[in-house]
Amino acid sequence: MKLQLHGIEKSFGALKVCRDISLGVNKGEMVCLIGASGSGKSTLLRCINLLEPIDDGKILLDGVEISDPDLDPQPIRQRIGLVFQSYNLFPHMTVLDNVMLAPRLIHKTSQAELRDQAEALFVRFGLTDRIGHFPDQLSGGQQQRVAIIRALAMKPEIMLFDEVTSALDPELVGEVLDVVRQLKSEGMTMVLATHEMGFAREAADKVCFLEKGMILEEGPPEKIFAAPREARTQEFLRRVL
Amino acid sequence: MQTSAAKNSAGAAIGAAPPGKSRRQERERRLRRRSVIVATISTFVVLLLLVVLIPMAPGWEKVQKAFFNGPILIKVFPELLQAFLVDLMIFAWSAPIIALWGLAIALCRDARGPALFPLRLFAILYNDVFRGVPVILVVYLVGFGIPGLGLPRPWNSPYLWGTVALVLSYSAYVAEVYRAGIESIHESQRSAAKSLGLSHAHTMRYVILPQAIRRVIPANMNNFISLQKDVALLSFIGPVEILRQAGVQKSLLANFTPYLAASIIFLAVTIPATRFADHLIARQNKERS
Ligand SMILES: Nc1ncnc2c1ncn2[C@@H]1O[C@H](COP(=O)(O)OP(=O)(O)OP(=O)(O)O)[C@@H](O)[C@H]1O
Ligand SMILES: [Mg+2]
Repeated sequence: MKLQLHGIEKSFGALKVCRDISLGVNKGEMVCLIGASGSGKSTLLRCINLLEPIDDGKILLDGVEISDPDLDPQPIRQRIGLVFQSYNLFPHMTVLDNVMLAPRLIHKTSQAELRDQAEALFVRFGLTDRIGHFPDQLSGGQQQRVAIIRALAMKPEIMLFDEVTSALDPELVGEVLDVVRQLKSEGMTMVLATHEMGFAREAADKVCFLEKGMILEEGPPEKIFAAPREARTQEFLRRVL
Repeated sequence: MQTSAAKNSAGAAIGAAPPGKSRRQERERRLRRRSVIVATISTFVVLLLLVVLIPMAPGWEKVQKAFFNGPILIKVFPELLQAFLVDLMIFAWSAPIIALWGLAIALCRDARGPALFPLRLFAILYNDVFRGVPVILVVYLVGFGIPGLGLPRPWNSPYLWGTVALVLSYSAYVAEVYRAGIESIHESQRSAAKSLGLSHAHTMRYVILPQAIRRVIPANMNNFISLQKDVALLSFIGPVEILRQAGVQKSLLANFTPYLAASIIFLAVTIPATRFADHLIARQNKERS
């Protein structure tokens, strides 16, 4: 298995945000986390990326524990891409510099080679003409695609997406989801927190329904969406579909 | 100031462009013209009253001779201007040192990890002490105290220790402004950098600082305008800069007009600088809203 979570616990003060979360993600698989606002989806993704330290449990990447507090999280984060709802591009740099910053500082490859690799990514995701622009000169959809490219430039083994379409106008959602579809077809392992039920149903290999920090129900999308077992899942889906 | 005036007139030009001129634009233009006229008239009246009333005060003639003495003003002006070059020089080498040392203090304050605690403590104490003590006291203590140790020649220069005093004081203010800038950068920028695997140092250097420093340029400009004025405090420990020169002239001529001349020279620098800083702040506020 590519990614395994075992009994993850996480609290902010007295607030328990993840309760005994266990989950396995196979290589090339796409898992969607769904659930109401505040159910802990973002927090779980941030924990996997080691942006938040977990209180208890284990995270394994390729069978090796990465959540050991004695490990340096920095090289591990380089292997796990994370894309945020609010893009979080660096506004003082061009889009190309946004993408090249981390590889330039971390990978010891030549500047020219890095540039070629970055440009290849822009070509692959149809943004070649925006390379020299600054983030605020781009539409939300374009910014989010750049954010995805920026994460991909570190050649991550797994990608985490935190509601990457929630801040977008409806007509821009499609172009970003297309990128996610493309990545899936190329075999990327992915975990998405999403409110796009249609997309989860169509593209996910597995759907997890979170409620108050617990995975209440998980299974293939056909099953979760067509015949949810839990009453809470049924209620949630009735509300959002 | 100028650019906004230019923008206004450009806007007016667009507004005046027939036939698209709406009734609202026309009304606004009338209102604007009327308020300019009112402001001009009232300013004129106030000035007139000042010019007429003040000279009617019984002591005016004496004050005019002592403070507003035309011939003396003209006579001392070139020498004071010369002395002002010393102020400018001290400012020119102090400002970059303050900018860098202030940044260093701000970064110490932000240092993470228990091993770096002494740095953090140092930065906190430094800021408390030097923001709490009047600049003039630091100038006295450093400017008289250290050369008083009996140091040999280049090391007892009042220019050196005067500069050190200014750097010590002003770095504290500048550091505080930098820190406000660093804290104003949204946490999500840090998250994004971290998620890419950047170290704390790289995140600071490439993501946080470039944005933070830019954001506090106007605030820091106000610090440096104060610095420009406070260079004159060094007159108390030796350097013959403009304030000291004005004092010398005052004694020689038994007249206070040299101080007026010095004030005019300061204003010639600080007013445009202040306007420019205000303009930058206004532009930033507009950009952010
Ligand atoms: N840094 C933090 N400090 C304190 N509480 C936090 C922090 N981050 C998240 N929380 C709380 O944890 C809970 C779960 O938040 P989280 O953002 O993970 O939910 P979510 O499922 O992503 O919701 P949404 O759909 O609104 O994004 C919320 O109650 C939130 O207020
Ligand atoms: Mg969230």
